[in-house]
Amino acid sequence: MKYIDEFRNRALAENLAASIKAEARRGGGREYRFMEFCGGHTHAIFRFGVPDLLPTNVHMIHGPGCPVCVLPMSRLDMAIQLAQSPEVTLCSYGDMLRVPGSRRLSLMKAKAAGADVRMVTSPHEAVVFARDNPHRQTVFFAIGFETTAPPTAAAIKQAQEWRLNNFSVFCNHVLTPPALVWLLESGDGKGNGTPPLDGFVGPAHVSAIIGTGPYAVAAEKYRKPVVIAGFEPLDVMQAVLMLLRQVNCGRAEVENEYTRAVTPVGNVKAQRLMREVFEPREIFEWRGLGLIAESALRLRAAFAAFDAEKRFSLSPIKAVENPACQCPAILRGAKRPSDCKLFGKACTPESPIGSCMVSSEGACAAWYIYGRRRKSA
Amino acid sequence: MVHLWQTEKKRMKLRGDLPLDLKTGRIDMTHGSGGRAMAQLIERIFARAFDNPALAENNDQARLDFPVGKLAFSTDSFVVSPLFFPGGDIGSLAVHGTVNDVAMSGAKPLWLSAGFIIEEGFPLSDLARITDSMAAAAVKCGVAIVTGDTKVVERGKADGLYINTAGIGAVPDGVDLSAGNVKPGDAILLSGPIGEHGMAVMSRRENLSFDSEILSDSAPLHGLVETMLAAGAGIHALRDPTRGGLAAALNEIAQAANVGMRIDEREVPVSPAVQSACEILGLDPLYVANEGRLIAFCKADDSGKLCDAMRRHEQGRKAAVIGRVVEDRHNFVEMHTILGGRRIVDWPAGEPLPRIC
Repeated sequence: MKYIDEFRNRALAENLAASIKAEARRGGGREYRFMEFCGGHTHAIFRFGVPDLLPTNVHMIHGPGCPVCVLPMSRLDMAIQLAQSPEVTLCSYGDMLRVPGSRRLSLMKAKAAGADVRMVTSPHEAVVFARDNPHRQTVFFAIGFETTAPPTAAAIKQAQEWRLNNFSVFCNHVLTPPALVWLLESGDGKGNGTPPLDGFVGPAHVSAIIGTGPYAVAAEKYRKPVVIAGFEPLDVMQAVLMLLRQVNCGRAEVENEYTRAVTPVGNVKAQRLMREVFEPREIFEWRGLGLIAESALRLRAAFAAFDAEKRFSLSPIKAVENPACQCPAILRGAKRPSDCKLFGKACTPESPIGSCMVSSEGACAAWYIYGRRRKSA
Repeated sequence: MVHLWQTEKKRMKLRGDLPLDLKTGRIDMTHGSGGRAMAQLIERIFARAFDNPALAENNDQARLDFPVGKLAFSTDSFVVSPLFFPGGDIGSLAVHGTVNDVAMSGAKPLWLSAGFIIEEGFPLSDLARITDSMAAAAVKCGVAIVTGDTKVVERGKADGLYINTAGIGAVPDGVDLSAGNVKPGDAILLSGPIGEHGMAVMSRRENLSFDSEILSDSAPLHGLVETMLAAGAGIHALRDPTRGGLAAALNEIAQAANVGMRIDEREVPVSPAVQSACEILGLDPLYVANEGRLIAFCKADDSGKLCDAMRRHEQGRKAAVIGRVVEDRHNFVEMHTILGGRRIVDWPAGEPLPRIC
């Protein structure tokens, strides 16, 4: 298939694997640790068995780029509470439905108990539902990075145009660059377990929106190479090779492997839309990473009428987390899924305890679904 | 034999029925009440379409001539949404699904029952169209729909129409196909490209609808099975990979036979249209439903012979040997990826694609 098969070609993969092996040997026996920021990369790595093609001294550390995983449990608890209000129809992306909140309650379980929760594939569906059901308060549970924020903004503008007074958004959109800076600040043994990293495989779809500019800080201030890569397995392998070359030459630059989708300036129209509807929050909690300044979005005052937090006077809920769950450390790259006592035993995709086991972008789910043999072998 | 519908006008006149409006009429609660309306519905729609001697006896049960030897008996319920999808509808699906379940034992399917749960307000024209499709599928499969049931539930208590079918078939002498017979060393064969039924249904979902040329693979497989049995290959088990796709079927057999499987991604046929649609929706074709495919387990030495036989049959044109059975106490299904790495093919988990069959 055009634009897919080319990026999954075995002969090219074998050539790349040979180049990676040769480049990794030039380090004189040193170890290389690269973090793939996005869950999409983690997924591709495991789905295609990429670790089998990498030399043993090249380690891929899974990053926090999984929208469902980084949402703090308290925000999910708020969404569940909202869904339980009889007048509310809560529309959510499917990934979110099975994520366990406090006491392992999930939107799916709330739905089974009578809450009106609907799976949508875009916020536009939620606006259309609100228009067609004027007697229901429709709330869109907005999560995700810069990739899902523009469609949420578009939905809010649509609701404004249609003059809907029964549509609102529970906004949990987060931003990639502040999280990347957090990882750079906390890496190299600064106490929270994130291992020293030699570079990043940069986001694919997020970069298509924000461009390559925002990553310059990683290279310039923190002297870490970033290679923006697509989500196909050959993209990831090519990025690993480019990272190895930078490290071996002592370079720290932002390079773009994903030129077929990512430009230096990104999607200016989407950025404008986001700026029009959203503004940064002073501070927002990330699961595993904690509080990060200016790392999330909320609705601007001009769109306050569509802000579910205002409409329903939502206040934070203190979440009850399972202390054995290692999702927070896994999201920081401090632990591997198999380091968690619950992994594969109490916590499986059928009965998840942590968010990382739910989403297809979660590191635990990717390990469990594709990579278990590696652990047992 | 006097055909039911030939006497229908006379009966209607005797009972004082109003004619059934098949163009604009709708199911109402009286159609499930056991009264005149229900009798009329059964005659005009079901008995007329399914017409056969056992049904024509008009009893609460079908009386059938018992074949000698082993029977195969299976049941399946169909709740697919939407009811009409590219390449089929709930009616033909309800026949193929059960015929295939029976045929996976090597049996020749003989009889089906059909139970209908209909939502109040359901258009009679749609019911007639679906029933005709069932009847046509049954004729093609060489089975008779010999007994049935109709229930009507209030509006909002069902989604249009649900159908249950049960099927009985006769297992030929000496044929013994069962998951437990699968042994390490067996070859794994697949009869054709995967994921077409699931993606055809998904393409017509209200909230997803995308333009595609994908047709459901819904088809009867008893003919292919007959051809395969005649090939004289040492077949140990057959399975049709429906809900949960190829991944679920392989895991089911691995567990039932306490073995592992190793498959090669390059050998698993997937059409470009299904692959594209899966990429867009973030799905893995291994997990997408099929309704006209089977997997076969046979002695490794016979795999070439069996594959050739399958390819000679219409339903097996693109058959392929996709892997082999191995000893593995974990019962893992492992795949050599297209890229040259390895991965587990796990049981389906996460968001299922609801009501695909």
